[in-house]
Amino acid sequence: MAAEENTPIIEIQNLTVTHFEKVILDNLSLSVHKNERLAIIGPANSGKTTFLRCLNRLNDLSQGFKVTGKILLNGRNIFHPATDTAQLRRKVGMVYAVPVPLPWSIYENLVYGPKLAGIKNKNRLDELVENSLKAAFLWDEVKDRLHMAARNLSGGQQQRLCVARVLALEPEVLVLDEPCSALDPISTAKIEDALFELKSRHAIVLVTNNTKQAARASDRTAFFLMGQLIEMGDTGRIFTNPVDKRTNDYLIGAFG
Amino acid sequence: MRKDKLVAALLQAIALSALAGLMIITVFIFKEGLPLIFRTGLKDFFFSADWEPGKGNFGIMSMIIGSLAVTLGAMLIGGTLGLGMAIVLTQFCPPKLASLIKPTIELLAGIPSVVYGFMGVVTLVPIIRNYLGGPGLSVLAASIVLGIMVLPTVTSISIDALKAVPRSYWEGSVALGATRWQTTHMLMLKAARSGIVAAIILGMGRALGETMAVIMVAGNALEVPGSVLDPVRTLTSNIALEMGYASGEHREALFATGVTLFAVIMIFNTIALSFARRTIRQGRGQ
Repeated sequence: MAAEENTPIIEIQNLTVTHFEKVILDNLSLSVHKNERLAIIGPANSGKTTFLRCLNRLNDLSQGFKVTGKILLNGRNIFHPATDTAQLRRKVGMVYAVPVPLPWSIYENLVYGPKLAGIKNKNRLDELVENSLKAAFLWDEVKDRLHMAARNLSGGQQQRLCVARVLALEPEVLVLDEPCSALDPISTAKIEDALFELKSRHAIVLVTNNTKQAARASDRTAFFLMGQLIEMGDTGRIFTNPVDKRTNDYLIGAFG
Repeated sequence: MRKDKLVAALLQAIALSALAGLMIITVFIFKEGLPLIFRTGLKDFFFSADWEPGKGNFGIMSMIIGSLAVTLGAMLIGGTLGLGMAIVLTQFCPPKLASLIKPTIELLAGIPSVVYGFMGVVTLVPIIRNYLGGPGLSVLAASIVLGIMVLPTVTSISIDALKAVPRSYWEGSVALGATRWQTTHMLMLKAARSGIVAAIILGMGRALGETMAVIMVAGNALEVPGSVLDPVRTLTSNIALEMGYASGEHREALFATGVTLFAVIMIFNTIALSFARRTIRQGRGQ
């Protein structure tokens, strides 16, 4: 078990990202292991979101981003020109800060990704819908109204729908960008519970502005500051005994 | 304070004058045209192709068919092209290029219709005559000319509709592993559907109402067209061509043609408006 836990699924090597000459991420090297929840904390503007958006190459879609370095997913560089970005985005599924249900029913939201991936079998799709809704702790609340418009769900339900929608892609890595910043404490707890269950099947990268959430819902924590990785280690150790003074200052609320 | 009230009253009067203009035109056209329609009988007026004002035959069916044929052709050409352009400009083209091309397409709206007609007669009509046969002045020629004329309407309203779809939808779809094209046809076109329908219906209204360019290239023959290479006369051309020398019942019949046109365009605009409103409501709901 211990050996498997330390197998890296993503290895980031010397990743530098600039946006119109401004350095956003500065020579970052770290790895994400299988079956772990990695939290990324740090004050605003430290490059957390940009880092996540590198993992599935969403930054390609905005103008002005330049990337150097490597990100290896299962040993393959995702920046290689031959990479199929649609395929990559299915493997590295993303959940945004603000839930974005597409303007369809719950069911259609969930089968959209699998259908794009070429799954046509109705039974298989139904099965994916049920499994992913269960994994996101939403099944019991919506199982009788799968064909209702998704935007009629509450904010917390919408966010769990977004988690389920990504899970339906059967990704290897789940990346979440402050998934609970717009949610109430109960919805937040449900999402955190879901993440705990999910780590047996997916590597999870969680960006959060809430240090308490990082302490509760992660195995390892990385602290970013101004685009640099300051410190990274087991969550318990980072929170009780940080090595770097800046990490300590951030955690006790001296800045950020 | 009294000055404020005066200004308010004045502005209100100006605002109402637009409404009054519409009312006066409507009442006048209907007053002049309706009696003849009822005298001739609905069946003989709308469903007869005999238009012989000298003999008292006022059947406008051939012109109704002419108008519909030309409008349909224009929408097949202009609608497809315009929607295609809107898709390319909003989804696939670099923003800088798009911001150059969009105003260029909108400039097309500023060219006088007589110039379109002239271009059609000089270039398009001979090509059709030489390569496809027939007199050249035809449904096809009118459809192509009108298709280009409705491009700015269809394109710019479709672009607005596609741009009104939240960027987060687009990115959400791409993040789920959709390609640009999959996102466009599975998400964007559906989300912008009502705006796009409104664009096409407004374009239809424009094609149906256009007169000058159509007179110049459509041939204006008083018969039901058998193919796209036959000449036709539209409702609008009929009024413009005969107004100069019409009197008495003939003149009334032209107003009746106007009533028909008016009703059809009103129906189109109402449908377009209701679709446009629905888009706005959906936009707020999200």
